[in-house]
Amino acid sequence: MRSARRLALAGLVAVAALPWLVGSYPVKLAQEILIWGIFAMSLDLLMGYAGMLSFGHSAFFGLGGYVAALALRGWSPSLVSALVLPAAAAAAAGLVVGFLSIRVSGVYFIMLTLAFSQMFYAAAFNAEWLGASDGLPGVPRPRLIGLDLDRTEVFHLYILAFFVLALVALARVVRSPFGRVLRGVEDNERRMVALGYAVRRFKLAAFVVGATIAGVAGSLEAQFNGYISPEALFWTTSGEALLMVSIGGAGTLAGPVLGAAAFIGLQSLLSSYTEHWTLILGAAFIGFVLWAPEGLLGLARREAGG
Amino acid sequence: MAQALNGLEYGMLLFLLSVGLTLIFGMLGVVNLAHGSFYALGAYAGIAVAVFTGSFWLALCVAPLVVAGVGAAIERSCLRPLYARGPNAQVLLTFGFIYVFDDLLRWLWGSHVRSVAPPAALAGVVALGPGRFPVYRIFVILFGLAVALLLWLALERTRLGAIVRAGVWDAEMAAGLGVNVARVFTAVFAAGAGLAALAGVVAVPIQAAYPGMGVEILVRTLIVVVIGGLGSLEGSLAGSLILGQAETFGKAWLPDSSMFIIYGVMAAVLLLRPTGLFGRALR
Repeated sequence: MRSARRLALAGLVAVAALPWLVGSYPVKLAQEILIWGIFAMSLDLLMGYAGMLSFGHSAFFGLGGYVAALALRGWSPSLVSALVLPAAAAAAAGLVVGFLSIRVSGVYFIMLTLAFSQMFYAAAFNAEWLGASDGLPGVPRPRLIGLDLDRTEVFHLYILAFFVLALVALARVVRSPFGRVLRGVEDNERRMVALGYAVRRFKLAAFVVGATIAGVAGSLEAQFNGYISPEALFWTTSGEALLMVSIGGAGTLAGPVLGAAAFIGLQSLLSSYTEHWTLILGAAFIGFVLWAPEGLLGLARREAGG
Repeated sequence: MAQALNGLEYGMLLFLLSVGLTLIFGMLGVVNLAHGSFYALGAYAGIAVAVFTGSFWLALCVAPLVVAGVGAAIERSCLRPLYARGPNAQVLLTFGFIYVFDDLLRWLWGSHVRSVAPPAALAGVVALGPGRFPVYRIFVILFGLAVALLLWLALERTRLGAIVRAGVWDAEMAAGLGVNVARVFTAVFAAGAGLAALAGVVAVPIQAAYPGMGVEILVRTLIVVVIGGLGSLEGSLAGSLILGQAETFGKAWLPDSSMFIIYGVMAAVLLLRPTGLFGRALR
């Protein structure tokens, strides 16, 4: 455990130093991995810890992005616009969608969450004031006292700070008694009900926490790209994150980040050699689902354990 | 009038697609997210056959068989090991196949839009009251009805159909009575894939083919299956006709909010009546 923490710390320091060590393209990739890592970790709280395979997570990612874009463009380029409002909006939406979705389970939960994300997608796609199918361009980065976020290295550390915040918050959640109950639900929901746990309340809380962090990831994505479009809300965006979680290792926090790094890294690496990177990624993903459901992290542990 | 006929034709297309998905779910308990990919694969395979042989009718026969073979191979090699692991792993697996097929289609046939003309016998338009209506669209409506009737007869009046219905009702009991359930699973999955491909070929002269067509149609297919009731043939027909009309008229009357409302109805049905119009409670 202690060595794992040391490894994580060394990794974070290395990532923080990237803008001074490598060119601008790898730095951009690292930022993308950090943002999608936050998104995938927040989804893993539902999928890996509470056993809820949600295709609705993109709704909160996109919502956070849209709220941030509107507030940063039209109201004030402050941290309130970049963090507080998107998180609050995603939490509120997560409360409503989660409250309804946890009423059903299995394939019904999967399809219900998919329907909800498509409602968000359809609403944004048809709303003129949200830029319809083009989305909202020209999203500025916020101004923090004395910091110029348009400078690459400052923005890099800013994203990394959010990443660490999300990581620490989620680590506290999953190690708390609350997190242990979630694991119990994932393992055997009926047993937890029989033991007297208000399982629905625990699932709803997990759903809202996950949605909130996804909203923050979406806000960062909008600031990173400078725009947000309805694509972010589409159900396959959730699928992409589910893919990252599965490849990296569900039910861990390092797994989704590893998965995001593998997905985005491979995509950039392969696309410079071959057009068929989606084929390779898709096939790799199928292989993981079939033969290594515990993901890269699980494979590494299997190796280490002999 | 023409609007309603368009809706009917679109509904029949949705029926061809969704009936396979609903049968697969009813029998195997799998929500096959790659179903749209079978549809796209069918469309492209159909174009290839039609261009190579010059016969649309041959394409209509060959492409579904090819895709049914692909479906059978996927069921036997990838899905079968996952039945014991519950719905999450199965859904993730079929999601992975969306990526694989999307890339394969681009690889084999390029990213541009492709189409073929309807066969000569079905070209042209007919006068219908005050307006005109393409003959090919009328063919699609009749073809969909014929397939529905044939499927109903096959399920209700043949020994094989009885076996499939028994498997849908209670796979374990059917296995106990000596049915080779594993083989029936493969057959149903292959048939569902073949039906999706059939829809793909039929759709080509109307909507042309492009690699993203599968993902786009998939969610509509899910809506149909949810509204009609998972696992029900009648439900899939009713759901298709409802969505066909709702989307056609919705686009005309409520262009800004029709899709939002349709997704909302899907969510409401899942919440309030998860068995849909014709489904039955699942174990």
